[in-house]
Amino acid sequence: MYTPHTESDIAAMLAVTGAGSLEELVRVPDGVALKAPLDIPPGLPELELARKMNEYAARNGAVSCRSFLGAGAYRHYVPPVVMSLAMRGEFLTAYTPYQAEVSQGYLQAIYEWQTYICLLTGLDIANASVYDGATALAEAAIMAVNATGRRAILVSSAIHPNYRAVLRTYAEGMDLDVEELPLAADGTTDFRTLPARLADGRFAAVAVQSPNFFGAIDVPGESERALFASSGTVPIAVVAEALSLAALEAPGTWAQIAVGEAQSFGNPLAYGGPYVGFVAAKNEHVRRIPGRLVGRSLDNRGNTAYVLTLQAREQHIRREKATSNICTNQAHCALVATIYLAALGATGLERCATLNLERTHELAARVSTVPGFERAFSAPVFNEFVLRVPKPMTAASVLRELQTRNILGGVDLGRWYPDLADCILMNATELTTDADIDALASALMEISTARVPAGAARG
Amino acid sequence: MAESLIFELGQKGRANTYFANGKQAADYVPREHLRAELPLPDNSELDVIRHFTRLSQRTFSIDTGFYPLGSCTMKYNPRINDAMASLPGLRDLHPFAPDELAQGALAVMYDLERLLSGIFGMARFSLNPAAGAHAELTALLIAKAYFAKIGQSAERTTVIVPDSAHGTNPASAAMVGYNVVSLKSDERGRVGVDAIKAVLGADTAVCMMTNPNTLGLFEDHVQEIAQAVHAAGGLMYYDGANANALMGNSRPGDMGFDLMHLNLHKTFSIPHGGGGAGAGPIGVAEHLVEFLPVPVVRESDGVFSLDFDLPESIGTMRSFWSNFAHMVRALTYIYANGGDGLTRVSQLAVLNANYVRAQVKEFLTTPYDEPCRHEFVASAQELKRETGVRALDIAKALLDRGFHAPTIYFPLLVPECLMIEPTETESKETLDAFVAALREIVETARRDPQEILAAPVNTVVGRIDETRAARQPDLRWYPPADAAG
Repeated sequence: MYTPHTESDIAAMLAVTGAGSLEELVRVPDGVALKAPLDIPPGLPELELARKMNEYAARNGAVSCRSFLGAGAYRHYVPPVVMSLAMRGEFLTAYTPYQAEVSQGYLQAIYEWQTYICLLTGLDIANASVYDGATALAEAAIMAVNATGRRAILVSSAIHPNYRAVLRTYAEGMDLDVEELPLAADGTTDFRTLPARLADGRFAAVAVQSPNFFGAIDVPGESERALFASSGTVPIAVVAEALSLAALEAPGTWAQIAVGEAQSFGNPLAYGGPYVGFVAAKNEHVRRIPGRLVGRSLDNRGNTAYVLTLQAREQHIRREKATSNICTNQAHCALVATIYLAALGATGLERCATLNLERTHELAARVSTVPGFERAFSAPVFNEFVLRVPKPMTAASVLRELQTRNILGGVDLGRWYPDLADCILMNATELTTDADIDALASALMEISTARVPAGAARG
Repeated sequence: MAESLIFELGQKGRANTYFANGKQAADYVPREHLRAELPLPDNSELDVIRHFTRLSQRTFSIDTGFYPLGSCTMKYNPRINDAMASLPGLRDLHPFAPDELAQGALAVMYDLERLLSGIFGMARFSLNPAAGAHAELTALLIAKAYFAKIGQSAERTTVIVPDSAHGTNPASAAMVGYNVVSLKSDERGRVGVDAIKAVLGADTAVCMMTNPNTLGLFEDHVQEIAQAVHAAGGLMYYDGANANALMGNSRPGDMGFDLMHLNLHKTFSIPHGGGGAGAGPIGVAEHLVEFLPVPVVRESDGVFSLDFDLPESIGTMRSFWSNFAHMVRALTYIYANGGDGLTRVSQLAVLNANYVRAQVKEFLTTPYDEPCRHEFVASAQELKRETGVRALDIAKALLDRGFHAPTIYFPLLVPECLMIEPTETESKETLDAFVAALREIVETARRDPQEILAAPVNTVVGRIDETRAARQPDLRWYPPADAAG
């Protein structure tokens, strides 16, 4: 109970209102009055409450396993300074900064977030954030539809399956067509059909993820970029692992809109949320970008002052004519990311990204020396890769075996790609230790020797 | 003193040693894929701490002061909630953890879903949507799927939204292609049964309402309205922004609503965090359960699992299953209060609002002269006529006096509207101080309107040139070399 009222407070306050009792104040017509009290046990004192919640936490054995799970949600080292600042009550318990005069600090932090995203993506503008990477892609598709008047979206099948699923959910509601580009043999997008598909000017956008869902660096080449320009389609870059932006070519070199997930910047895994999506774009899309934007202006004394701006795009002003229905952004997750980026700086971020490359390549080298196991794709990767397991094993059977050894070996790609049911998506980050890699490699070796007699040819 | 941008602080190479310095990216990736430079600042950790601490000190929050913010339910955010969300067993769990090693997390979701269903009288809840507006979109997609299944998607094209509704309602409806019919409230500030019957027809898809409505009034004819909408073949949608008035007293499910959302960051004490992350669970009546977004949590013999296999589902709305850390906070809050506690929460929220209202009406107009629920509206229309001082000016004068402003100019149907919701976690003393400040502002406005029109003067900046912000958008910092571009 978090109410400060004493019985005498209540009596005095009721007297001011003129009501005889609390029940009288809240009375509703008989037909809609609750018939019986809520069927919830009495409130717990904090000590017992903490015990009860700890019981839930104790039943998630996955957190004490060695983990190679990635696939759009990444574990990274977060310097303690990040949460120590972000959890300050002034940030945590602030409202949306509509009253700018008393929200200058938060507004400036979001302006800094917008700048960080622009610098990382190489684009002109960025919004104050959206729900997550998947909804960011859906919002980018809507931007492209509004920019071109076209009603179809072409997406690479190497975009995160959950992102494509969300795009389909939105597209179904908005009557948009979504088509997919297939996968090439090296684990990147197969663009060979692109000229034919773009010929009739049907597509509002072409979306490509890099690093893609399979970890591969997947960037449209010169000829594709020329086709985007000549066909008037909006190229959208998708980034599910924001840390890659610290090392890889900025998507602004080829995309008009870049969207993605910035969970990696200091936000915990938290079983899937809250995370933080970003939307960055070329200047020409500024009136179409969804959600909040913080701008820098002046106050009536000539001071620099920050304020939510271009609100004429938004639902609380435009109602049914708004560019999006978004009201909330992920301000606090974006703040965490901003503090993380400030603490690491260019130097720390580059080192972290390089460590991810180093650990991932070490892991890939080790597990592909296990007889029968091999990399499925040849394209260069950032911090994830695909390991093919020897027949008759499946990704699922290998992962089950690993789980009995307290190892979460990765994600079974058969879940979304039936012809990749013998493939595991594996991730390593700067947190992956030599001991983790040793344990996984030895476990795979055991599994391999148990199933595949020595010297047997791969089936 | 303005605070410099983080980009204007620091020196290249002034790095904190979080990671060892080893290889180069070019050892692993062909150079053509690498970026030439990473133009971000390097700052010492101490400077980072001072920068963000100063920014925090320039930010109003519940922890620093009172928010009388209508429809936003800015109640106390208990710290135990954050502590529980930060338990390593919950914080560090990967969304692709195998179900059998994530039973605790799945139990959190399942137990919360069942509790919310009971409190609000719905058959099931989905925790998938990321925020209230996202839940509205989810609900309208469910409505579309429902009408498609019964073969009426072609004719069901209209969504009815009262003029007192939140802006997200019409925006969400328009997003999925529905025509929006705005319904004028009656002289009692409510949706009239006859008025709604006049716009109902074979084209009606959904009627979106909130109850109590944004005027803080209980829609006492809600059952007749629901019956009429159902008779016309439409669905009733409940916007849960005002659910803090209802707990233990009345349930949207019993009022006849088929769909509803909750803002866990309002009623269930999750911190707003400066505008998100929120969380917007969506509840449905039995006939709409099959359309819920995936995944849903299943329970069988005490074992929980994520179920993605709902053939009629609208699909999924987000990258991963829910804003899980917020589900932990909401569940913690429910257990802390219990059934009696939640009932008391709503009663005291209504008491606090009426206590403030009874005093504010002595010096400001309060349209709809009857007791309110958890919030009420006042109007500065008369004061503006007499003195030129508007709702906006009162809001800014409150900032000078250490209070946040109420919600202003909303709902749209009350001119010069101030919408006040104190919440149950504020003490009588805080409310007395707020009423005294408001009274003093109105008295000052009558005596010396210029003083109020000049507000705020005690804040770190004065009123901001919003026109300049919109006409010459400055949305980011540029490195010095690019600044000309």
